[in-house]
Amino acid sequence: MALLETHELTAFYGDFQALYGITFVLNEGETVAVIGANGAGKSTFLKAVAGLLPRPPSAVRLDGRDIGALPAFEIVKLGLALVPEGRRLFSSLSVEENLLVGAYGRHLEGPWSLTAVYRLFPMLRERRHAPSTALSGGQQQMVAIGRSLMSNPRILLCDELSLGLAPIIIRDIYAALADIKTRGTSVVLVEQDLAHAMSVADRAYCLQEGRVSLTGRPRELTRDAIHAAYFGL
Amino acid sequence: MLGWVDTLLQGVLLGGLYSLYATGLSVIFGIMRLVNLAHGDLIVLGAFLMLAASAVGVPIVFAFAVVVPLMFVVGYALQSVLLNRTLGRNILPPLLITFGLSIIVQNGLLEMFSADTRRLNVGTLESASVPLDGGIAVGLMPLICLVSAVAVIVLLNGVFYRTALGRAFRATSDDVEIAQLMGINNKSIYAMTMGIALAVCAIAGFFLGARANFDPSIGPARLLYAFEAVIIGGLGSLWGTLAGGIVVGLAQTIGAHIDPEWQILSGHVAFLIVLVIRPRGLFPRAVD
Repeated sequence: MALLETHELTAFYGDFQALYGITFVLNEGETVAVIGANGAGKSTFLKAVAGLLPRPPSAVRLDGRDIGALPAFEIVKLGLALVPEGRRLFSSLSVEENLLVGAYGRHLEGPWSLTAVYRLFPMLRERRHAPSTALSGGQQQMVAIGRSLMSNPRILLCDELSLGLAPIIIRDIYAALADIKTRGTSVVLVEQDLAHAMSVADRAYCLQEGRVSLTGRPRELTRDAIHAAYFGL
Repeated sequence: MLGWVDTLLQGVLLGGLYSLYATGLSVIFGIMRLVNLAHGDLIVLGAFLMLAASAVGVPIVFAFAVVVPLMFVVGYALQSVLLNRTLGRNILPPLLITFGLSIIVQNGLLEMFSADTRRLNVGTLESASVPLDGGIAVGLMPLICLVSAVAVIVLLNGVFYRTALGRAFRATSDDVEIAQLMGINNKSIYAMTMGIALAVCAIAGFFLGARANFDPSIGPARLLYAFEAVIIGGLGSLWGTLAGGIVVGLAQTIGAHIDPEWQILSGHVAFLIVLVIRPRGLFPRAVD
């Protein structure tokens, strides 16, 4: 049984339909990339899965259980965490408080704690009393990832981890991601940075205008096929 | 000279009462960005509930101990049953609901308690005072009021800055969408916020009734003082709210010292002056 699956998932922003029936599978231990152009529906897909957007009740299943009717704050307790696009740290909280608030809804046992996050990102320990707004973009991304890990998720949804970061920082973030995977977390990766996404993913889905336009294993997908699926040419 | 010292002292003490009015308003606005137009009437409701309890023979201390938690429950229910349904991007619906609530509370109180002017009977405490050097005396009740205002702020800051629940409150205030991703039920946080605010309203209502006369129509003026205290202090800082209350209290007593007619007006003038010089208040914390 798949760990996470969506079946004909649709999502709307008011009258505007953003997703037209996404069918998607994530198996235990897998890393799956979701790629696509701007506005293809990648972030919307993650938000709908995490419960931030209304969706059909049986369109999302976690471990075989329908979670489409649950609010976001219940879904995180079942082991699904989202690292949001643009980090979105709590600006009036310090670095450590941001991490601690990530454990607020923790219901699952697991490897993650303040100590474990500081071991993963040693830089954060030095800055733990700093306001989260005082950090560099890369450090903020580390806090955002650590904050999501604090709930001991079985599934980590990552939205644009590399956005606006220097290549050397992106390398560090992806190295940490590899570390996170070895501790048993399955990952869904939304990325604009195609090369990075494809290098770490077991499988990939390409979205185009709210629909899946291509799916497969990275090494089986040709450059031309991806190009066509990206832009619909 | 001595008269001025006395005036300033009484102003600070009055400020204690005003900051108690304002603390609940400040908490609600800080966490929910909700402006509660019924806030003043809910303070008066708190005073009337204590009056009703003492009328059936309950000692005032016990009335206080019953009404404060009762108002927490009222606030929790009010938010979860009514106000949570109105929260969204548009700030107008909650504003209208609380405006309507203000009218309902005023008229409900008028219906039940009539328009008579009342006061809470606190026994000998009413007129007890502490004599200071030079013939100045400080009323014990106003002093207890100021100390209570400080104690409420210390307690609330302790909750907000030292507990996991407090972190959840602040996280919800910062970014309600992401807070839900942390497992925080924002609606229950909002309900608790309103509960806390109304519990503080009850405390404020007690001191309102113990220090001065009240009747069902005086809520809106209390709301105005509370509002001015919050804005003067700067949004998002409870110590700022205390300072704001003291500024309004000082301005009113100084105004009254010069000419009794100027009392209320000088409070408003002080508010406008602060708004012109420091538009974001004296101690702003919130970014928006």
